[in-house]
Amino acid sequence: MAADSDLARLTLHEAGALLAANTVTSTALTEACLARIAAVEGSVHAFAHLTVEVARAQARARDQTRPDPLPPLWGLPIALKDNICTRGLPTTCGSRLLANFRPVYDSFVARRLEEAGAVILGKTNMDEFAMGSSCENSALGPTHNPHDLTRVPGGSSGGSAAATAADECLAALGSDTGGSIRQPACFCGVVGLKPTYGRVSRNGLVAFASSLDQIGPITKDARDAALLLAVIAGHDADDSTSAREPVPDYVAGLDVGVAGLRIGLPKEYLSGGLDPEVEQAVGFAIATYERLGATTVEVSLPHTEHAVATYYLVATAEASSNLGRFDGIRYGVRHEGHDLLDLYQRTREAGFGAEVKRRIMLGTFALSAGYYAAYYGKAMAVRTLIRNDFTAAFERCDVLLTPTAPTPPFCLGEKLDDPLTMYLSDIFTIAVSLAGLPAVAFPCGATKQRLPLGAQLIGRPFDEGRLLAMVHAFEAASGQGRMAPAL
Amino acid sequence: MDLAEVKRIGALARLALGAEETVAMGDQLTRILDYVAQLAAVDTTGVEPTTHPVTLGDAFRDDVVRPSLDPAAALANAPATDGASFIVPRIL
Repeated sequence: MAADSDLARLTLHEAGALLAANTVTSTALTEACLARIAAVEGSVHAFAHLTVEVARAQARARDQTRPDPLPPLWGLPIALKDNICTRGLPTTCGSRLLANFRPVYDSFVARRLEEAGAVILGKTNMDEFAMGSSCENSALGPTHNPHDLTRVPGGSSGGSAAATAADECLAALGSDTGGSIRQPACFCGVVGLKPTYGRVSRNGLVAFASSLDQIGPITKDARDAALLLAVIAGHDADDSTSAREPVPDYVAGLDVGVAGLRIGLPKEYLSGGLDPEVEQAVGFAIATYERLGATTVEVSLPHTEHAVATYYLVATAEASSNLGRFDGIRYGVRHEGHDLLDLYQRTREAGFGAEVKRRIMLGTFALSAGYYAAYYGKAMAVRTLIRNDFTAAFERCDVLLTPTAPTPPFCLGEKLDDPLTMYLSDIFTIAVSLAGLPAVAFPCGATKQRLPLGAQLIGRPFDEGRLLAMVHAFEAASGQGRMAPAL
Repeated sequence: MDLAEVKRIGALARLALGAEETVAMGDQLTRILDYVAQLAAVDTTGVEPTTHPVTLGDAFRDDVVRPSLDPAAALANAPATDGASFIVPRIL
């Protein structure tokens, strides 16, 4: 059996194999993660809330009963982003407004994790209501990148990415609206998958932008992403936008290889202004796939330059509507007023942070009388053109390969006072979200300063299996092991 | 976006923005709106809007009664209740 301190470094599939062979207990795995949390959490701050006693009780229960066959995540400690409802456990979305909120029901994915036997270590830090690209917009304070504590982990699922990269958990779930799984996974050197819109139920995910939000895995390798996606994917009658598409065996499909695949390289993503080290890492990924027998073809996504503008109208319009529910009546921290309207205004003014207010304002403006057609209506039409770009590109290739983020992880505070510059850090992930397509971010290099760099693979709807098989092939062929932070 | 417009939108959004906040918000929203104004140049004549990215059929289910949250659970997170209802300031 591995030394206890090493157990937290394991992947889900490695730990699962040891559990199945009875050489390690869930309690030992859980205690290893808790020890690692005790050692590094003071500097990383990946968690919004730790659920230590719940985790210990779950681990004991897993050790006492061993169903045959073992469910896929039996006894494996993981973490959940703090916008995923967990019955009786804090779910604050990084907001002052929900500081005392404890859901009375589990999200669909939390129920699936429970059925699969997972152990929940805690809820991870995030930009408030998933609005941000750096994990600095949290009422609980920022999360730090475990590879360089002066830098951001990305956002909004920064806590899930940092916790996974720092071995505080074996894997985590995040949510992605415009890149909130992929960009932090890239910044922290782990694998992050945004599934096709509708692949995973949004029931119990606190809504930001309902036509964009998806829950997905953040893991140490492709096999773990396949394992976790298989648990959470599938139709849910309680989410009318969840897809009835059958769920393939993602793990069994990992070894199909890449020979003969046509990889599209969108010229708008790979020309001009790209950080040279990012360009080099993406080039290494392309060369690796060519060596493995894939071919590349240049394609064009001509409306790419309009994706960020489109997103910040569509997503904020939906957010301004969705966040209307936070009024201090049914849940949340209420601030009393002299009448009902005053109570609403004081509650929201005190409860929301600056970025959330900014987006509610922008979305309210875009939906308001006199501006709707020119802003929201126009953005919905451009969204169609962006979708059509992808449809046309996929006539010439099987997948697309792009950078995940235009730069390496930036410094804490660097973009905080400049919302527009912060929005542009999502430039390579946003169009994919507007089109509802699956995409995976995976590590493929490092800067001279040992900061993680990554690439993104984009697939046709419901082609998650192919994306994961491609990342798996890259991991096997590149000879690059996972980059562990020097913490 | 001028201050009167920021205040108007703030009222629609049910946000009681402070004086300094109103000024900063106006500056930031103006910059963002200048940026998104690029969309006006895109020709969208005859283009249908996308409201959802994946085309889904209507989600039908049988019209049968199912259990829902019991009242105590529904009220569990409320700032003020009388045990059966949410309490709000009087509106009449």
